[in-house]
Amino acid sequence: MACVSPDGKPTESGTKMLRALQSGLGSPEEVANETGLPLFRVRSGLRELTQAGLADQKEDSYKLSDKGAELMK
Amino acid sequence: MEEIGEPIARMPRIGEPAPPFEAVSTHGVLKLEDFKGSWLILFSHPADFTPVCTTEFIAFSEIHPELQKRKVELLGLSVDSVSSHIAWVRNVQEKTGVKIPFPIIADLNKEVSLSYGMIHPGQSKTETVRCVFIIDPDQVIRTILYYPLTTGRNMDEILRIIDALQTTDKNKVATPANWRPGDMVVVPPPNTQEMAEERLQQGYECVDWYLCRKKL
Repeated sequence: MACVSPDGKPTESGTKMLRALQSGLGSPEEVANETGLPLFRVRSGLRELTQAGLADQKEDSYKLSDKGAELMK
Repeated sequence: MEEIGEPIARMPRIGEPAPPFEAVSTHGVLKLEDFKGSWLILFSHPADFTPVCTTEFIAFSEIHPELQKRKVELLGLSVDSVSSHIAWVRNVQEKTGVKIPFPIIADLNKEVSLSYGMIHPGQSKTETVRCVFIIDPDQVIRTILYYPLTTGRNMDEILRIIDALQTTDKNKVATPANWRPGDMVVVPPPNTQEMAEERLQQGYECVDWYLCRKKL
């Protein structure tokens, strides 16, 4: 897992992506621009964060899930 | 009676869509589609902790900034485990100071290797040979290079191919032998007699109607 550690906590890159989602950015391209991470890493990472329940996906856009929002408080 | 061996996977070819994959890597689970919109160099190496591969990974890392300028991503692959990859890249950094900035697929079940024709049993039945697949932003295979286990790859040539592909795509031209950025390019040959006659009037540097060069 690249964005979520085995203990369920986001890694540094995962936290960057969650922070970008928290600021209202939603597409992988926007998150990549904001975080400076390569687009392929962001696409893979957002998929992983979604599987971990920290983000929700709707078509090509992502947002923080309730669990993700709680974590980012 | 003919011996039945392992089924040989169909080799991918230039101009065809790159075979899709989903694979564990040193940067997490990656799919081919994650690279859509970027150029991608997918390359295989025989094994971690081997001398020629180590020199290649250092060399790929050295050209990584140049590839980034050209919007090209790198993705390595071997049939080693992700733990082996992590240990190797950490060792390379510790011993040489070079950080490997790109992901490496751990293709333990050989799924990706077989779909890309990276295992050549005449060389090794257990390791991937040194393959390079250059995949364009639409995920079409544009170049395939195969090197034997004993020959390390040439990074200048890989960069040159990227420059040539991007130049030909942008300008609808071709590049001659040993072309380098800034050199003259080849104008595509005319398809009709009328076009051939017109070609000679268009101010190109022509050897004859079928071989004309121009500056970009």
